[in-house]
Amino acid sequence: MAASVRLLVRRLARLSHKNITSSAATVSCRPGCCLGPSSSRCISDTAEDRSTHFGFEKVPEAEKAKRVYKVFENVAQKYDVMNDAMSLGVHRLWKDMLLHVMHPQPGARLLDVAGGTGDISFRFLDYILYQQERRKRRAAASSQTPSWQDISDKYPTEDRPQESRAVVCDINKEMLKVGKQRADSMGITSGLSWVVGDAEELPFDDDQFDIYTIAFGIRNVTHIDQTLQEALRVLKPGGRFMCLEFSKVTNPVLAKLYDVYSFQVIPVLGEVIAGDWKSYQYLVESIRKFPDQEEFKGMIEDTGFFCVQYFNFTGSILHQVFLQ
Amino acid sequence: MWQCLSNPFIRLNQTQSYLTSKWFKALLVHRLFTSGAELTYSYDGLYPGHIQTTSFQKALLAVGSGVAALQDPYRHDMVAVLGETTGHLALINLRERMKNDPEGYTILTERPRIRLSTLDLEKMASLPDESFGREYLRFLEENKVTPDSRAEVKFVDNEELAYIMLRYREVHDLLHTLLGMPTNMLGEVAVKWFEAAQTGLPMCALGAVLGPLRLNASRLQSLFTSLGPWALQNGRRARCVLSIFYERRWEQSLEDLRRELNIEPPPLTLSASNKRRRQI
Repeated sequence: MAASVRLLVRRLARLSHKNITSSAATVSCRPGCCLGPSSSRCISDTAEDRSTHFGFEKVPEAEKAKRVYKVFENVAQKYDVMNDAMSLGVHRLWKDMLLHVMHPQPGARLLDVAGGTGDISFRFLDYILYQQERRKRRAAASSQTPSWQDISDKYPTEDRPQESRAVVCDINKEMLKVGKQRADSMGITSGLSWVVGDAEELPFDDDQFDIYTIAFGIRNVTHIDQTLQEALRVLKPGGRFMCLEFSKVTNPVLAKLYDVYSFQVIPVLGEVIAGDWKSYQYLVESIRKFPDQEEFKGMIEDTGFFCVQYFNFTGSILHQVFLQ
Repeated sequence: MWQCLSNPFIRLNQTQSYLTSKWFKALLVHRLFTSGAELTYSYDGLYPGHIQTTSFQKALLAVGSGVAALQDPYRHDMVAVLGETTGHLALINLRERMKNDPEGYTILTERPRIRLSTLDLEKMASLPDESFGREYLRFLEENKVTPDSRAEVKFVDNEELAYIMLRYREVHDLLHTLLGMPTNMLGEVAVKWFEAAQTGLPMCALGAVLGPLRLNASRLQSLFTSLGPWALQNGRRARCVLSIFYERRWEQSLEDLRRELNIEPPPLTLSASNKRRRQI
């Protein structure tokens, strides 16, 4: 029942957001911020001089990972509460949309990078479970009184949930800790693993996963291209790379409102709810520094993915990619 | 436009006015700060820990921190933020009072801090009973508090006023000793009434009004009949408590200090064992 309500909500959200699609070339982005990561990728200076952006601040590359770690260590306990407060709950719809586009089948293996508190993985497992139950209901509805033979044939399918595995990978132990607590309180016992790892250097072999997701994590990495290459490596041929991330808002009125909201309200919320102004200041600044839709699409294509598409939802975008 | 800018004098003036304009300063500071406190290079803003905010943000912070502090009175950081965002006029008033007092003026110039690192605990423990230093130490031990637990000032946009706010927070514990109040809810409310009468800080006034809502009937009675009026009267007539250089008065006897500040001893003796576990 919950899933059908979600479906309805999804349809409504889709309808209302249909108009906010970005036009290909002429995006009026703020000067300089699109060039952020590309300037840090340009290897013209030595390793010590290479700097990147930490919000609006310039820091040496080696620093950034440490500072991002500190930010998420501080906010881990209140991360979910803050997400709800900042996006007024809309982030749940975005994540549901991601799953809907993903449409995973039972047996799929998911790698949720920067998965932190596990939102995507929990939804993945729920979705798979729902699919299985639907199949079972259909099978039960179609067959009348099954023979004992039929019933016993169905028994092995009971442990199908274990075939679909979700691996939550995050560089930050605090976030994983919070995620594990949530999993325990939700009663999820199987199908989920928690791994500490760096998105730029994943601790997995090649060709392991069907789906790779990174939700609101890719703007925090130091080298986006390395992350994309790792994604290509661990995905099976035909696997999908799916990324949910904030991006440029194309509507100028909405963009202004969004700016005011981001810089005026979000750090205040961070201070009042989480007691941490600076981490949320970093968050809104890092959104501004991330490349826009087309540039990011170019980066993904350069890495070697095919069929790159993106969808815009209220200024945040969803990239879906096929690898062949 | 280009001709205008090519004239060096006009350009200089424009640059100067641009640089000194509040907007640019705000933008500069806004763009500069994000450094964590653990990094050793120079801080951004007017003092370490300063976060530049617009009036809109201050208003939001005041409302938000007020709600958060009401929901959970143990969130001292929210009480602190409420004080900072609403206390501008009161802080200016306090600064005037301190400047007009010779000892207060010394404090503003020397900027002493009350922290465990600056206190000589052994020396204070060796002082005789009834001396201010010894009683303060006893207060810290009995109520299990430390002077280092005060939140730093973040949202006051003037360096001197920020120091006065900090001094107010650090003196709060000393006030407990001077007034003889423990850190349970009743004691805190009594001290808030005193501080509201003394400093006029809106946060103190709010705390004074809303604090009693969390007291039970018997404590309310003792508050309204004896403690409250005593706190208010003494708050009004006492010398400005921020103007006292406490760090040089550890050896002074408590009675003597009270007389000097024009504070009567408390009408009721409350003990620290009245402190209830975190409740409501």
